Amino acid sequence: MAFREYKIGTRLFGVALGGSMMITLYFPTIDMTSVQATEVALRKALSAGRQNGFAYEDPFVTGEGKPVTVVLRKDPVTGEKMEPMEAYVFPPGTPFPSAIRHPRTLGSGVKELSLQQGRIGEADESRGAVFYVDHATYQGEKLAYIVNATAIKGWQPEQVLASVPEEDKKYIGTGKTLFVREQCWWCHTLLPEQTQDWQYFGVPPRLGDFNSEGPTAFGSDRKAPDLLHVASRNSSREWMLMHFFNPRLVQPHSIMPRFDYLWDEVDANGNKIDYAAWRKAYEEYEEGKRIYPPEVPEPHPDSRIRKLVDFILSLK
Amino acid sequence: MFKYLFARNEDIPPGTAAVYFGYSSIIWFIIGTGLGSFNAAKLAFPDFVTGSELFAFGHMRQVHVHAVIFGWISMAFAMAMMYITPALGNTRLWSEKLGVWNCFLWNVGLSLGLTLLWTGMTSGREYSDFPWIIDLYIAAFIALPLAINVWMTILKRRTQGIYTTNWFFGAGVFMVTIVFLVGNTPEWFQLTGLSEAYLTWWFAHNVLGLWITPVAAAIAYYTVPKITGNPLYSHRIGHLHFWSVVVFYSTPAAHHLMSAPLPEWLKSFASVEGVLILVPAIAFVSNLLLTMTGKWHYFVDNLEIKFTITGVLLAIPLNMQGGFQQTRAINWYIHGTGWIVAHAHLALLGFSTFLEAAAVYYGLQTIMRRKLYSLTLGNFHFWLLLIGFATYWISMTIAGLIQGAAKIYEVPYIDTVIAEHPYMIARWVGGTLVFTSNIVWLYNMWMTARAGTEIPAGRLPHELAYER
Ligand code: HEC
Ligand code: HEM
Repeated sequence: MAFREYKIGTRLFGVALGGSMMITLYFPTIDMTSVQATEVALRKALSAGRQNGFAYEDPFVTGEGKPVTVVLRKDPVTGEKMEPMEAYVFPPGTPFPSAIRHPRTLGSGVKELSLQQGRIGEADESRGAVFYVDHATYQGEKLAYIVNATAIKGWQPEQVLASVPEEDKKYIGTGKTLFVREQCWWCHTLLPEQTQDWQYFGVPPRLGDFNSEGPTAFGSDRKAPDLLHVASRNSSREWMLMHFFNPRLVQPHSIMPRFDYLWDEVDANGNKIDYAAWRKAYEEYEEGKRIYPPEVPEPHPDSRIRKLVDFILSLK
Repeated sequence: MFKYLFARNEDIPPGTAAVYFGYSSIIWFIIGTGLGSFNAAKLAFPDFVTGSELFAFGHMRQVHVHAVIFGWISMAFAMAMMYITPALGNTRLWSEKLGVWNCFLWNVGLSLGLTLLWTGMTSGREYSDFPWIIDLYIAAFIALPLAINVWMTILKRRTQGIYTTNWFFGAGVFMVTIVFLVGNTPEWFQLTGLSEAYLTWWFAHNVLGLWITPVAAAIAYYTVPKITGNPLYSHRIGHLHFWSVVVFYSTPAAHHLMSAPLPEWLKSFASVEGVLILVPAIAFVSNLLLTMTGKWHYFVDNLEIKFTITGVLLAIPLNMQGGFQQTRAINWYIHGTGWIVAHAHLALLGFSTFLEAAAVYYGLQTIMRRKLYSLTLGNFHFWLLLIGFATYWISMTIAGLIQGAAKIYEVPYIDTVIAEHPYMIARWVGGTLVFTSNIVWLYNMWMTARAGTEIPAGRLPHELAYER
């Protein structure tokens, strides 16, 4: 550093880079973390769980340690019938999303309601908890907020899970993790654009729709339809299953890969799935030697595809 | 290599680390482009290698991207730093042993990271896809040792001033370390929501803008004057380039999210700063092209200059695209289409790869004191690379424009997929040419080490005639 210029230069460099980071990191994050969470954000956070990428509770990114979304048709304690509602069950040990851990990220109003009326501060990860979303007025504004049903109604996670039939359980958090893991987001976006996607892919999301979500997995290279509202266009579970097993069954020109491996070992009846035989039959169908393609196996309730479809059908 | 890991620093011949980095980078180049070509085949023919988890497109795509960025490009940078920094300081590399260890740990860490990514262990964040453990490894065992070696070599230099190339090297290694540490905070501190999305792109933008672009340019600042013998046209314009990179390139990260609901002030700010990227770009291109004055015959005669100047020329369309495609007026049309993929390859496979290839060609010959084995094979490499790249770029640009048009006219999505099909095939063909050319290159460099003519003491590789 023989020259005075270099001393000045290094200092200026620090000022320039520091200034740049101030404007591009500090200001925006302050701005964005104070955004008020919408109902969409709250439901996403509670159904997805803490983290849907690599995380210490789920190092292999297979969807361990995620909450279960359930549709409640009767009160889990009294057994009385009630209006169907969605609840989010965190069995003991399931990590909470940042919405619960750091209520600050909910933004003003939602934070106060969730803490005071929803009592989310009392939730304890080691004992698990059940949450749902409710609405109330805060300083003249109608807001959605989180309710800790374990503290308020005494609903215990195991009890709720036991009271719900299998078809009313949705593994949305695990499904989202599989969406990240299988990297559907290299082809599909989860972000209708603000300029011209309204008619085809639906409304673009709003500023407060993402609090507590991670990763957001927007996707940047769109080679396929946006999926943020896909279940509003097409909510047929049967179509989805055929399409995932082999997209060419329902869309001959599709370039989507086959995701048959997500069916895992056995089908719904516990029979081993014979992939080789299926492919052979499919080839014969393609060559015109069969009139109908082979049947797509009905997935086992524990298979990965069931959870992925739960997630996709939740994208309303 | 292993014998040098535990040798005494003085016993390691100067340039050893650079040679290891050089050959490693070429091998990663082959692996990376091979994976790229495989992915391209899958997008053209979806049932090519189907029904297996490991070979699914989603599992393979990022392995390609990280193999080329952190294997090929970054290792070629390390190679260039290991021999250019001491050469410009008229000294030896501060620690050859640290360099050899750096290369070893780099290869180990990258292989491990890519394997994890391949099996599906990802953070789900584009460009920072590596799980955070690997990010930490990269910062601590890849970026930092390289930085220390570069800084110490600059400090221990035996010249008075510091040449342009070394400003960029010294700043680049610093900035990439910071970018890694800050850009991964969402994973370390569980930042969520839009902050996570924004930081993902802050990382992606800056790893390109504060690492790949300036360091690639720095290489050209060395090779062109060195080989042509002309002094750099203007030191002052070099200053302008350097400072405008630091100020303008580090700020427009939000322009990657123009159609997302980020705060509007941030998007507008990013978009304006993004246009200002033209300042360093024009400074760089004009400075180097003017340095060539009177020596343009080297563009034809000399392989390294041919590569370098092609890279510099490719920086023109690159920055014209880069400066304008992120403005609101244009971005809505091409955002998220193949246009962007074409642009990414123009930057990395066009501009940057050509500059690094020149550095690796020139550096390996200089350090091993052997003339390039075959000019014919070298030219073959050049043309195959250029034609392959051009095919890729043109076909993906067209595909992107089709997608853009389809977006506005709201045609059923499947019609877009059908219309793009021919261009997907063309891209695959182009990419495969690139992959093939690299195998030829490795052979040529291998033969250079074994059978290239020795360069007599006191001479430089470009002063000797080519023999084959
Ligand atoms: C190689 C790119 C690619 C990948 C990877 C991919 N898809 Fe697709 N996907 C497509 C294309 C192209 C279409 C449109 C044609 C069709 O319907 O098959 C599509 C259609 C769909 C549709 C129907 C959309 C609609 O509007 O009706 C759904 C749902 C879907 N994909 C889900 C997924 C999921 C979930 C994954 C990850 C497990 C995935 N895709 C991975 C390319 C891809
Ligand atoms: C040094 C050479 C190369 C570099 C640095 C490079 C870099 C990249 C980068 C950064 C991306 C991400 C693009 C984006 O997200 O917009 C990408 C994607 C891709 N690359 Fe390359 N690439 C190189 C060579 C190749 C070659 C030779 C091929 C062969 C065809 C190829 C095929 C692909 C494919 C198919 C994708 C995925 C595109 C998509 O998802 O739409 N690349 N590459």
